Amino acid sequence: MIINHPLLGPRDATEFVYLGDASMIERPNGFGEDVADAMYEYVYLRDNPAGEHRELWYHEQGDRSWLVVTRNTLTHEITEVALARDVARSKGRSK
Amino acid sequence: MNQPNRVDGGQIDRATTLKFQFNERWLTAHPGDTLASALLANGVRLVGRSFKYHRPRGIFSAGSEEPNALVQLHKGAALEPNTRATTVEVFDGLYATSQNHRGSLEHDFLAVNDLLSPLLSAGFYYKTFMWPRAFWEKVYEPVIRSAAGLGRLSGKPDPDEYDHGYLHCDVLIIGAGPAGLAAALAAGRAGARVILADEDFRMGGRLNGETYDVGGIAGADWARSAVTELTSMNNVRMMARTTVYGAYDHGIYGALERMTDHRADSGDKPRHVLWRVYSKRAILCAGATERSMAFGNNDRPGVMLAGAVRTYVNRFGVAPGRKVAVFTNNNDGLRTADDLRAKGVDISAVIDARKGEFVVNTTGRKGLKSVQLNTGRKIETDCLAVSGGWSPNVHLSSHHRGRPTWREDIAGFVPGGELPPGMTVVGAAAGTLTLASTLSEAHETATRIAMDLGKSRATGEAPKARDEDFSTAPIWHINEGKNRAWVDLQNDVTTKDVTQSHREGFRSVEHLKRYTTLGMATDQGKTSNMLGLAVMAEASGKTIPETGTTIFRPPYSPVPIGAFAGRARGKNFRPTRLTPSHAWASESGASFVETGAWLRAEWYTRPGEKGWRDSVDREVKATRTAVGICDVTTLGKIDIQGRDAAEFLNKIYANAFLKLPVGKVRYGLMLREDGTVYDDGTTARLSDTHFVMTTTTANAVLVFRNLEFARQCLWPDLDVHLISTTDAWAQFSVAGPKSRALMQKVVDDLDLSNDAFPFMSCAACTVFGGTSARLFRISFSGELAYEIAVPARYGDAMIRAMMAAGEEFNLTPYGTEALGVMRIEKGHVAGNELNGQTDARMIGLDKMVSRKKDFIGAALLDRPEQTREDGLQLVGLRPVDANVNLTAGAHFLSPGDPEDMAHDQGWMTSVAYSPELGHSIGLGFLKRGRDRHGETLRSFSPIRGQDVMVEVCSPHHIDPEGERQRG
Repeated sequence: MIINHPLLGPRDATEFVYLGDASMIERPNGFGEDVADAMYEYVYLRDNPAGEHRELWYHEQGDRSWLVVTRNTLTHEITEVALARDVARSKGRSK
Repeated sequence: MNQPNRVDGGQIDRATTLKFQFNERWLTAHPGDTLASALLANGVRLVGRSFKYHRPRGIFSAGSEEPNALVQLHKGAALEPNTRATTVEVFDGLYATSQNHRGSLEHDFLAVNDLLSPLLSAGFYYKTFMWPRAFWEKVYEPVIRSAAGLGRLSGKPDPDEYDHGYLHCDVLIIGAGPAGLAAALAAGRAGARVILADEDFRMGGRLNGETYDVGGIAGADWARSAVTELTSMNNVRMMARTTVYGAYDHGIYGALERMTDHRADSGDKPRHVLWRVYSKRAILCAGATERSMAFGNNDRPGVMLAGAVRTYVNRFGVAPGRKVAVFTNNNDGLRTADDLRAKGVDISAVIDARKGEFVVNTTGRKGLKSVQLNTGRKIETDCLAVSGGWSPNVHLSSHHRGRPTWREDIAGFVPGGELPPGMTVVGAAAGTLTLASTLSEAHETATRIAMDLGKSRATGEAPKARDEDFSTAPIWHINEGKNRAWVDLQNDVTTKDVTQSHREGFRSVEHLKRYTTLGMATDQGKTSNMLGLAVMAEASGKTIPETGTTIFRPPYSPVPIGAFAGRARGKNFRPTRLTPSHAWASESGASFVETGAWLRAEWYTRPGEKGWRDSVDREVKATRTAVGICDVTTLGKIDIQGRDAAEFLNKIYANAFLKLPVGKVRYGLMLREDGTVYDDGTTARLSDTHFVMTTTTANAVLVFRNLEFARQCLWPDLDVHLISTTDAWAQFSVAGPKSRALMQKVVDDLDLSNDAFPFMSCAACTVFGGTSARLFRISFSGELAYEIAVPARYGDAMIRAMMAAGEEFNLTPYGTEALGVMRIEKGHVAGNELNGQTDARMIGLDKMVSRKKDFIGAALLDRPEQTREDGLQLVGLRPVDANVNLTAGAHFLSPGDPEDMAHDQGWMTSVAYSPELGHSIGLGFLKRGRDRHGETLRSFSPIRGQDVMVEVCSPHHIDPEGERQRG
């Protein structure tokens, strides 16, 4: 596969490490009362779609960017690649 | 000339004669010959024995689809089994033998299987050998195993070299027959970057085997001129002997180029190169494969595909027989007779199945003698050319989601469904089975594709040819006569096996394939799949498209494992990482152990030491009584800087880090989000905004990856930056009561008194008069200890200088074993304890875990399993009988309890012999362990055969108050 890195252009998938569902960006607060259920869902529950999937790839043999790659799990077509940092900010994550 | 079957013509160099051996017999050939054509030229018809019944077999085809003529090449370590004689180029001195027989090829003892064939039908090993049960393992399986398989491996390491390579192009053209050449000419003239790959050593495909004209000249000559034109274009890369074996994602194709198989001497070149081809577009011009028909005893040497017979006579100048009969269901087969007659070969009969004439049986055990027709007519013949029509080579079109669709007019499957993105199929592979149409289709398609890619130079006109008269009738199986009719020659699958499979309920084609092994092995059913499908359809009363087809997966034809491995073999499988003191350690008697990719000294043998225990005990004693030194460079080192670095670490570690003062080091415990212990290490604060983290050797890469994840994905606005400095610093642990005196001597201008530089201090400093360094007062051994880091390039000089400086203190190098002994003595956890199931409570670090902040792992600390009252806790163990050596992995039982899991109390994680205590010690996890110090338990290991009594104690076997390391 070829991943079109937003900063570096097309790179072979062998340069990357795959993590999984991009929902891992949306980590709930882990401190306070009643956080366990939200964290349980965050840690253990994943959708397994046959079709479009947003997932995290790490350019380990490259610039060490974490990327959010939108890939069709049936065709492996990649329709969007974004820096995970930008995605995280767009989800309201900051410090 | 001793090649009795040579006839005129052909694309061989008759001026040169090559000598080769087959079954120890010297024969001759010419450059341009394959092993198959050379054997046929020499009149060798019997070349192998079949897989299951050991039937005599000959050459069946003239290409990579060959199911029968599998031979072994070479001798010794280079021996290569299951090679298709039809694709092997003859060179001077080639050594080949037949395979799959006991005794000689002519007299194979295992031919008895043919008489036992009623016992050996589809799925026989599930049925015939069921009783008596005990016989399976001892008798049946060993016998079947030794009889099974085809060729034999050498059992020696592969002596050849293989390489990997990467290519990029606008258009990859797969196959250099008429379609591929026409497409390449058009795309190349248009200015596109083209790769043209063909599995054959001579490009031209069927044009070399037929007598068609193209552009007013003989097809083979046109092919040669096309190759000349293409070779002259510097935007075209011509790759003969290259099989494109798989279509992968995003226009990437796998290709195997055979560099030296056709030479006696590789000349230091790699044998094969496995190419990864990145293409914008691909044109599949893979052609079509001829298939047979099923009739009685259709597997004898001399029964061949009609197209192959034409190839031998036209391309190689070899007559596969002297009196040839043709049996066909299409017009294409009729041309065989014309081509043979033109070379002076006698035609004994042309049997056209469409006229109701069928071959029903053959005779001639080791070579065809006659064929019997349904009309009762018997024809003497030594070669039967059979054509059951052509199947488009759709393989690569279905490597993704494409599913072939049926075309009644050609009685074959053509590419269908969703093709790999960027792929277009033209010519025979697309079902265009006639020449003129193929050439114009290829030309126009390639021109259009080049245009799409912005390459619009003129491409000229499509080569001119005539469309031959091709019409075929779907006749597959001659259902007359009682003799076995073969569907799959390579796997010895007959029509009876297919109908039996249907009877027994294996009706899906995928089940049929697995139950009968139809279409498996080296040829992947290239000549047999359609026939099997047709017989299955007939048995089930369905049409062929209703019956379906199996799906092709890569590789198109076999790829050696060595080619996939490339240069990543043996020591080159992964890089070896050497510590900065490696050269010095090698000179100093070190034995090395692999830890991940690293080689670390495990102990240093001194003269007179009889075993590793002598060395390790000495190293531990010397360290605990004087001073020892150990290279700890392999621990992961991560440099963390930024205004928010402290806050970042506070989110990463389970314990507090915000208020760590500058110049101090703290032990850090890292959890997974599920609350399980992930890694540990120390982190030093060099300035307000600068930290240095250490990780375990094993997790160095993973921790760094996770920190980047946290930094970029979880807290993207923290001002923090990371870099791995594991390889940048050579780091040594200096431990023991005399370590302060040694370090004071080594370090420039830094007061190391306990008041000025207490336990858990750190500082940037210089050593040996100006070499920059970092000093940490941390201890894994439990002794007064330091870790000193210098830039990695000074690591070798550093260890030598340290050893010289330490001579007066009896400085002793120690390895990973002594390190392990000392950490077990001290009760420090390591990989044996932190095995991915351990939480902070189990190792007694729960008080250290902060309850006042969010950090990775904070939310799931208190799950029921982690908070149960009888949870496992880290304890120390010592044998009641001091002479006993404890066993790791042993389980703890209360005395008198039965030996079962219901009464299991925990297990021993680490053991060592403590030179200081003079007996074996252990660490382990025990239910409610902290409350049970002093209790006596059974340590029970049925696997190691140990059952001894142990006393539970503190995990801190020595210096439980930590006075030494603080002193």
